[in-house]
Amino acid sequence: MAIRSVLGLFNNEDTAADALDALNEAGFDQSEYEVLTGTPYPEGTFGEAEPVHKLYRFPLIGAACGFIVGLLLTSGTQLAFPLVTGGKPILSIPPMAIIMYEGTMLGAILFTVVGIIFESRLPRLLMGAYNTKITEGAIGVAVTTDETKVSQAEDVLRNAGAEDLKRGWETEQNR
Amino acid sequence: MQEHIQLDQKQINDDLLSGVLRTPRWWLPAITVALLVFLTGMGAFGYMLNKGVGVTGLNRPVFWGFFMVNFVFWIGISHAGIMISAILRLTQAEWRRPITRAAEVLTVFSLMAALMAAPLVHVGRPWRAGLWVFPYDFARGVWINIRSPFIWDPSAVMTYLTASTLFVLIALLPDLAVIRDRTTGRARVLYSILCLGWRGTPRQWKLQAVAGILLSALVLPVFVSVHSIVSWDFAVQIGTESWHSTIFAPYFIIGAIHSGVSAVATIMVLMVWLWNWDKYLRPDHLDAIGRLLIVVATTWFFFFFVEWIFALYTLEDPEIAMRELQVLQWPWSGLFILFLITAFFFPVPLWLFKKVRRSFFWMFVTTISVNVGMWLERFLIIVPGTMRKQPFVFDWGSYHPSIMEILMVAMTFAWVVIGLLLFARIFPLIPLFDIKEGMVGRDEIKIGRRTVPASIRE
Repeated sequence: MAIRSVLGLFNNEDTAADALDALNEAGFDQSEYEVLTGTPYPEGTFGEAEPVHKLYRFPLIGAACGFIVGLLLTSGTQLAFPLVTGGKPILSIPPMAIIMYEGTMLGAILFTVVGIIFESRLPRLLMGAYNTKITEGAIGVAVTTDETKVSQAEDVLRNAGAEDLKRGWETEQNR
Repeated sequence: MQEHIQLDQKQINDDLLSGVLRTPRWWLPAITVALLVFLTGMGAFGYMLNKGVGVTGLNRPVFWGFFMVNFVFWIGISHAGIMISAILRLTQAEWRRPITRAAEVLTVFSLMAALMAAPLVHVGRPWRAGLWVFPYDFARGVWINIRSPFIWDPSAVMTYLTASTLFVLIALLPDLAVIRDRTTGRARVLYSILCLGWRGTPRQWKLQAVAGILLSALVLPVFVSVHSIVSWDFAVQIGTESWHSTIFAPYFIIGAIHSGVSAVATIMVLMVWLWNWDKYLRPDHLDAIGRLLIVVATTWFFFFFVEWIFALYTLEDPEIAMRELQVLQWPWSGLFILFLITAFFFPVPLWLFKKVRRSFFWMFVTTISVNVGMWLERFLIIVPGTMRKQPFVFDWGSYHPSIMEILMVAMTFAWVVIGLLLFARIFPLIPLFDIKEGMVGRDEIKIGRRTVPASIRE
């Protein structure tokens, strides 16, 4: 079954929140609709479900990986060619700690960035139903559902006071 | 923040994208001049590559001259950018909104300028610099010497550059979507790719907010480590008086914050003067950063004072002779007085006056003065330190920078200007979504007979 999306544009927060209630009452699942805004609003402004993410795991995994790479780089390279310099031990902990620290932080940051993109569900190849007025202050309510339910979604959005309706194509991943 | 102008989202887009969607009249002449300076510096660099480092004023015993001064200076400037952005984000300071991105971008280009000053120019044979940093020569099993500070340095600076660049890019995503929606043709395709298909769902906004906090928390420890490690380039040497000091790491960090926060204030003034963003950057913002600068400058001066006390209380003849050279012998004595006046005694007393802190002109003059002083501070640490005759050193002499060095120093300044101008032409220098969020969370509340602006946040 093809997946389609429909977008309704609203002028204020209250009507957009009412539209979400109406979609809920019409039997649409919470995963089938979302609010699109050009500015961050406080969580729950539109009565939407609180987004759940696992971003905090990424820096921890990244830090562990970075630490291990730092440890291998500092110890492995020095042990591979054990040349005493300035009478210092081959495995000198203070300088090793510096490189390992930077490796740990770099790993944590790189993984965090990957996590942010992944958890934000980006990159999105198909924009689906979208309107450029969203970045000018309009609030969009997008419904992504089976092709058969698109007309019903349009009716719900129109009755909730949507000023403009627009359809778009979606991939299965964006459902 | 008592001063506030409420604007709608369309107006914010129009104002803050004015430099992206249209080329300001002054932009082309400004970047042309900067490019000429940069290319002249590159010419001098090419000449040095061809003739050797003999074309500079570097010679025994002073091998660290303008290039290293410039390296430490730009590393310093790069610090406050992210520091100011990260600390203000973590503390949810409202006045951060218009200045975070400019501060972060200044960090990125300053770090690049620092890399240009030291690994590229200072080493004389830059193609060999890569061999110090990365494991190499697998066939013979010869590896980098991780016990050298010159290995710690690149690992810290590259980590910081990577982190701050990603920090800027992640926070750019929502604003790139705004530009995508307001452009056509090839520009639209480009911004569509760059914004990764951003739509502004609650999930994306939440992740953006968490990212700001998380990346700030991760970048701050890196920021502290970078200038500590740069200071250890000096402090781990036992043979140079005035360098081998345990206070160097915090002293360098606070010095970096002093010069960096001042540079951010300079950029704030320029943003108002050049782009007319006076609706977004108010005297209140300058007042806030001015108050921060008083605290930072006074802390820096305390460390400067303690560093001198540590040196004098050793009662070691070479150390005291070194200090005498810095403050009593011409031209170092003149430079020392100029450094103290420009870095502290001229700007800080002026910042005590609210009128000065709220004046764009005076904040520009005083913050430029701080950075003149902080450049001199690094010069006075590096050059007198290396020129003093030490035991078993059979050459001594002074240092006179050649015109080639001056041109290459100017090249790094031109690079930062070019970077900022190009960035501002392609991306918004003030984060639109941050400003809009501030507007959404704004209201006026009545307290008794007075109505005051209030900021609501979660």
